[in-house]
Amino acid sequence: MVALARVIDSRVLVQLRLLGMAGLAFVVVGAFLVLFGKNPLLAYAEIFRGALGTSYGASEVIVRAIPLMLCAVATALPARMGLVNVGPEGQLHAGALAVTWGALTFGALPRPVFLPALVALGLLGGAIGAFVPALLRVKVGVNETISTLLLNYVIVLLVEHMVRGPWKDPMSFNWPYTPEFPDAARLSTYWGTRIHAGLWFALAAILLFYFTLRFTRWGYELRVIGDNPEAAGRAGIPIGRYTLLAMSIGGALAGLAGMAEICAIQGRLRPGISTGFGYTGFLVSWLALHHPLGIVVMAILLGVLSVGGDSIQISLGLPYATVNIITSLIFFIVLGSRFRRRATA
Amino acid sequence: MRRLGSGARHLDCSVTGVYLRLEGITKSFPGILANSNIHLEVGRGEILALLGENGAGKSTLMKVLYGFYRPDAGTISIDGRPVVLDSPSDAIRAGIGMVFQSFMLIPAFSVAENIALALPRLGVWLDSGQIRERLRDLASRYGLAADADAKVWQLSGGEQQRVEILKLLVSGARILILDEPTSVLAPHEVDGLFTVLRTLRDDGYTIVFITHKLREVMAIADRITVLRKGSVVGTVPRDGTSEEDLAEMLVGLRDVRATSFSRAAQASEARTVLSVDDVSVRGERGRAGLSHVSLHVDAGEIGGVAGVTGNGQSELGEVVLGRLSPDHGHVYLEDVDVTRWSTAKILAHGVGVIPEDPLRMGVAPGLTVTENMVLNERRRFMPGAGLYADWRAIRRAIEARIENFGLAIPRLTLPVGTLSGGNVQRLLLLREIGRRPKLLVAFYPTRGLDIAATRMAHDLLVAARNAGAAILVVSEDLDELFALCDRLVVFSRGTVVGTFKSGDVDAVEVGLRMTGGGKREAWSPSPA
Repeated sequence: MVALARVIDSRVLVQLRLLGMAGLAFVVVGAFLVLFGKNPLLAYAEIFRGALGTSYGASEVIVRAIPLMLCAVATALPARMGLVNVGPEGQLHAGALAVTWGALTFGALPRPVFLPALVALGLLGGAIGAFVPALLRVKVGVNETISTLLLNYVIVLLVEHMVRGPWKDPMSFNWPYTPEFPDAARLSTYWGTRIHAGLWFALAAILLFYFTLRFTRWGYELRVIGDNPEAAGRAGIPIGRYTLLAMSIGGALAGLAGMAEICAIQGRLRPGISTGFGYTGFLVSWLALHHPLGIVVMAILLGVLSVGGDSIQISLGLPYATVNIITSLIFFIVLGSRFRRRATA
Repeated sequence: MRRLGSGARHLDCSVTGVYLRLEGITKSFPGILANSNIHLEVGRGEILALLGENGAGKSTLMKVLYGFYRPDAGTISIDGRPVVLDSPSDAIRAGIGMVFQSFMLIPAFSVAENIALALPRLGVWLDSGQIRERLRDLASRYGLAADADAKVWQLSGGEQQRVEILKLLVSGARILILDEPTSVLAPHEVDGLFTVLRTLRDDGYTIVFITHKLREVMAIADRITVLRKGSVVGTVPRDGTSEEDLAEMLVGLRDVRATSFSRAAQASEARTVLSVDDVSVRGERGRAGLSHVSLHVDAGEIGGVAGVTGNGQSELGEVVLGRLSPDHGHVYLEDVDVTRWSTAKILAHGVGVIPEDPLRMGVAPGLTVTENMVLNERRRFMPGAGLYADWRAIRRAIEARIENFGLAIPRLTLPVGTLSGGNVQRLLLLREIGRRPKLLVAFYPTRGLDIAATRMAHDLLVAARNAGAAILVVSEDLDELFALCDRLVVFSRGTVVGTFKSGDVDAVEVGLRMTGGGKREAWSPSPA
């Protein structure tokens, strides 16, 4: 009983401490705002008013939370078996590349065939983007943190190359983007907002993530690996196979986010389809301690910060970077505390 | 620096006078009394061997002495003055130096650079000329020759050990503690080390030599202190003792027959379940090898493997469980060659295992008791494609099983990491025996258990045996092996050095063979 109370206590404490640390980031940034003659309370109020005060703001929060949730699961799934996937950004772009290839190649297909095919391509592209570092880890022991991070640059630059070269729209007056996708390749949007069908993908991914971990043998074995790889190996759990699978599925979800971004928001492939969704998604996953419900909450919170960042630019003349600084400070403090705990453990 | 070389001269070279004294040292960890009221004395110019099995408390005691652990009770005094050692740097300041089994050298640095790091006062500039001169001095005095410019990674184990000793001498240590120093040495290097140690002793150094090898003790020690289960069994002078006496002290034999179990008679035509046939594994990177090991365990039999930890028992386990591929030989399970099978396949074939380090190797500490209980029966509890695990039903099944065996386990919803070591061991026993395996490989099955739980664990093992399981028990505890086993195989240096049938066991003989002693030449192994 006492031990049980201790466990619950420690979980609540961890959550509270995370919240406190997030608060700390606001205080630090606030101090800087004061230093530059701005009222931090006003700025923070504006962030939340801009994001949640209007129906447009609120809808944009959801729009941004969609790729964040998918990219967060892309990080969380491998993380639950002890792998650090910093690559959702690249995997998102890999998905977008595959989708664009499909959209430009099979433009004449009817929508009920075309869209599912593009979804499949998005999943496949992202999966390949994550399978490569996973294979490198399993076969030659390359650290997946480094390889996924570095691959981000490779894949993003590959997108740049494609939209400036082979796939450039001849009618674009030299702007770097592909021709617009046919209507049959566009995801539906709802309620006159930019909220799109990607929302269902994201929610389905979160539900599936929860159910798989909790209620399947597959998720059980994954959790055993994450908790004690030595014992997992001794129990005959194939760690290498799980590494390939968890990374690939994670990558596939990030690729799906890429598909949704170009098929719903942009309508074509161009540089900047992601404003760092992959990296922010990674942050969401770590802030949520890789728990599904926490991912939803944190994705919305960071969505709020992102939309609010736009509105403080307009109404207070503060740079968007203010929000970036808050986000990165939260991340820094949270991760710092995690590593400190590990060092003292 | 000041003391180096010249310090020895004004030291009393006779053996009189206690230099290092430990009084009433007690140190406990949660659930374990590692050191219990230990008294130890070493004089100047004396070599004391600290003899004990793994887990006897030698390392803990030396870590107390080196300031890693603070004792719960007891005092340490050096040259008659009590000292408080709160950290290794306190110990170094008090003149205590330690050579660990794994060396504390920087491989990319040269010998001179490594030695410079040990200087009590390291200036901004390295005076390499001075270091060289000192190295030459020490080399000629103690026979500790070392090439000052060689990089440490290029050196052999023996040469690295010499650098470690040089470091201690340079740093001004007067008390040298060597933890199993011969484990890294080739046989011909051992003699060299002993010569160095004798010279150091004659020059007034106080030396504590930790080992479990009887032969070395007889070769080098002036006096011998034997530890067993955290307490001093006795201290004897080398002259006037024998390997047999020491072996007896070491393994601590009680009346063996009194603890024997009543057991069902074995079927005369017993089926062989496990058969290890002429298996060899190359030893490398700190692993013991196996050399032509053959043994078998029948259904309804408990086979024991006796041996000091690190003599190939865990490698034997790894080979049987498909985690280590033998270079030579075969493993058969009920006449099926499983030598190249995967671990998963072997476990699924009805092999249970209680690993040597339960918390590290056997459980996922962050998962609950229930989740850990199903680890090796995942497919049974989550059948088919495993797409739906009904945890409530699983928990009921586990509860029923626990009730069946009458071995209490605290709440099933607790993470295993919150359980005591003894409870983790219970969990493993229950999990693996509850699977009704054909073969159970049990490493130290009662380690960490109290007397009542040990009794229960033994009952469980014997019940499983009587129900027809083949059980292989690996242990250092001869009492336990004698009580449980129908047959006993003695391991030393990765090879079988004796096979005994239950009933005609000679404990001293087994103890001697385990520890690599061997004065008794007249023995004939019964066929394995």
